[in-house]
Amino acid sequence: MNQAISLLVVDDEESVRNSLYNWFREDGYEVGTAKDAYEALQQIEKAHWDIMLLDIKMPGMDGLELQRRVREVNKEIVIIIMTAYASVDTAVQSLKEGSYDYVVKPFNPDDLSHLIRNAAEHLSLKNENLQLRQDISHLAGMEEIIGDSPQMKRVMELVRTVATSDSTVVIRGESGTGKELIARAIHCHSPRRYFPVVPVNCGALAESLLESELFGHEKGAFTGAQSRRKGKFEMADRGTLFLDEIGNVSQKMQMELLRVLESKQFTRVGGNQTIHVDIRLICATNKNLEKAVEEGTFREDLYYRINVFTIILPPLRERRSDIPLLAQHFINKYAKIMNKEIKEISPQAMDLLIRHHWPGNVRELENAVERAMVVGKPPYLRPQDLPFQLSSEPVEESAEMDSLAEIEKRHIRHVLERSGWNISKAAVTLGIDRVTLYNKIKKYQLRK
Amino acid sequence: MPRVQVVPLLELKTETRDRLFTAIEQQTTWPAELMLLPFDPQYAYDVAREQYHSSQLLLGLKNKSDLNDDKILAIVPFDLFIPILTFVFGEAHLNGPCAIVSIYRLRPEFYGLPPAPGLVVERLVKECIHELGHTFGLRHCKNMGCVLNASTYVEEIDLKTHEFCEDCRGALLQTGSSLIQ
Ligand SMILES: [Zn+2]
Ligand SMILES: [Zn+2]
Repeated sequence: MNQAISLLVVDDEESVRNSLYNWFREDGYEVGTAKDAYEALQQIEKAHWDIMLLDIKMPGMDGLELQRRVREVNKEIVIIIMTAYASVDTAVQSLKEGSYDYVVKPFNPDDLSHLIRNAAEHLSLKNENLQLRQDISHLAGMEEIIGDSPQMKRVMELVRTVATSDSTVVIRGESGTGKELIARAIHCHSPRRYFPVVPVNCGALAESLLESELFGHEKGAFTGAQSRRKGKFEMADRGTLFLDEIGNVSQKMQMELLRVLESKQFTRVGGNQTIHVDIRLICATNKNLEKAVEEGTFREDLYYRINVFTIILPPLRERRSDIPLLAQHFINKYAKIMNKEIKEISPQAMDLLIRHHWPGNVRELENAVERAMVVGKPPYLRPQDLPFQLSSEPVEESAEMDSLAEIEKRHIRHVLERSGWNISKAAVTLGIDRVTLYNKIKKYQLRK
Repeated sequence: MPRVQVVPLLELKTETRDRLFTAIEQQTTWPAELMLLPFDPQYAYDVAREQYHSSQLLLGLKNKSDLNDDKILAIVPFDLFIPILTFVFGEAHLNGPCAIVSIYRLRPEFYGLPPAPGLVVERLVKECIHELGHTFGLRHCKNMGCVLNASTYVEEIDLKTHEFCEDCRGALLQTGSSLIQ
């Protein structure tokens, strides 16, 4: 039975409290009720509750405010928001602030029992797996993906389509186009959304580290392995594993990955116990995998194994119409974080943003806005606040005659010079990782 | 000796009634008896939802009838709801006297399927025993075949039997005897 699970129902309507009280008691849960936020807080003081079902609209302190108060003292309780159709927006807000999910009144009985069952399962998993805690906040997923352009609308359509299936997805696009956000959006709209989405950046780790990162290791498996550790495959069990930069993994790891994907089982490094996992795989790459297969650097069998469904993210310069929207989003974001009274950007500065080439894509744009927000003064951002206004080569003017590679090369050199060839700093400004930057320096034969 | 009073607000065919009463007697060990109650459910009708509020009907039934230690089981032709849910197949007072079951969503016609009278009788019997189980203080049971397995869609009703599993039967005997004491 569900004896271990306790549920607190908070709603100002008596009939709702009674209904839910009876319904959950029949299902074997331990149930308490509260008619307002004040009573709810008392109940939470007095006893431990696993799950709280919370009406968003209540006289006095409303559900959202109560959620905030509860979250301050209790990070563990699973909060499910009850809402009417009219206030779904508020419910989405509640997700961002850490509620687990929401239901729209009246509920379909099947949905409700599934939701609670999932929440209960989630609870027992959560105790075992801290990873999950971080992921609740990602449940909302989509709102960070911004764009009105036809290209982005098409991408979102694909996300919705593929989310409901369990097939492997490859997300392709340049650095900084937001491949991880897309992976999270797919996960959040899939039946696996109550389980974790676990990202791994395969490009950032050396082979041996990646192996233990993915498969975990037993105590003493290698020098420094002081305790047993679960790998990302295990953490993603029943959820989604997101392998970023899949095109960068070594031949040996490619073979290992293929083996795990085919058998759905593996052993920890230095262990011999077989571990079974049920995961959905999403990969991302900015490499041309077909070319890599042709050249023999990427296994053909692995390529076919993962390349079931492809989503291609357009670079920012191919969807410039989204730049104003994105810029405004980042302005709002950093105004809030930095507590600054900057709400807008001047037309001249916006013009610069729109004409810029953005080799680092959305991430570069975000970094540019963040930096501008640091140096800028209220009430709005000006051209001189932007990191590239000093460029002696106005980017777009010559662009018509130059190839993209030429522009990229020039921009990277420019950023490198400005940062005094500090690779980490330049990579951050460009919105790409250091490995990618090194590769580009090599490619364009840039020198100090 | 306490009984289960069965109050149909629709016409029950003799075969249906016999099938139901036998099942009740076998499963609860209490005799079942037909009770024709003058009961107008109109007060529980919700115009906006075009459904009947099942909790209000349960209260009404409780006030209307002469119970002593009896259980009362109403069977209705119309769709039932509780405020928080879009519908319910039935409702019962946990460890209380009253239960109600609707036949409305048990009919295949509701789902656009051809009529299947035999199937509807089986579903009705299962839902009646299920709700009665709650009146004896039993909660939902995880055993797949058990009549107290929770059903939130109609195909789930078809998956279970009309009988209590061993665990539930054991629990029922305990509460049943404590009630009689
Ligand atoms: Zn039940
Ligand atoms: Zn049972």
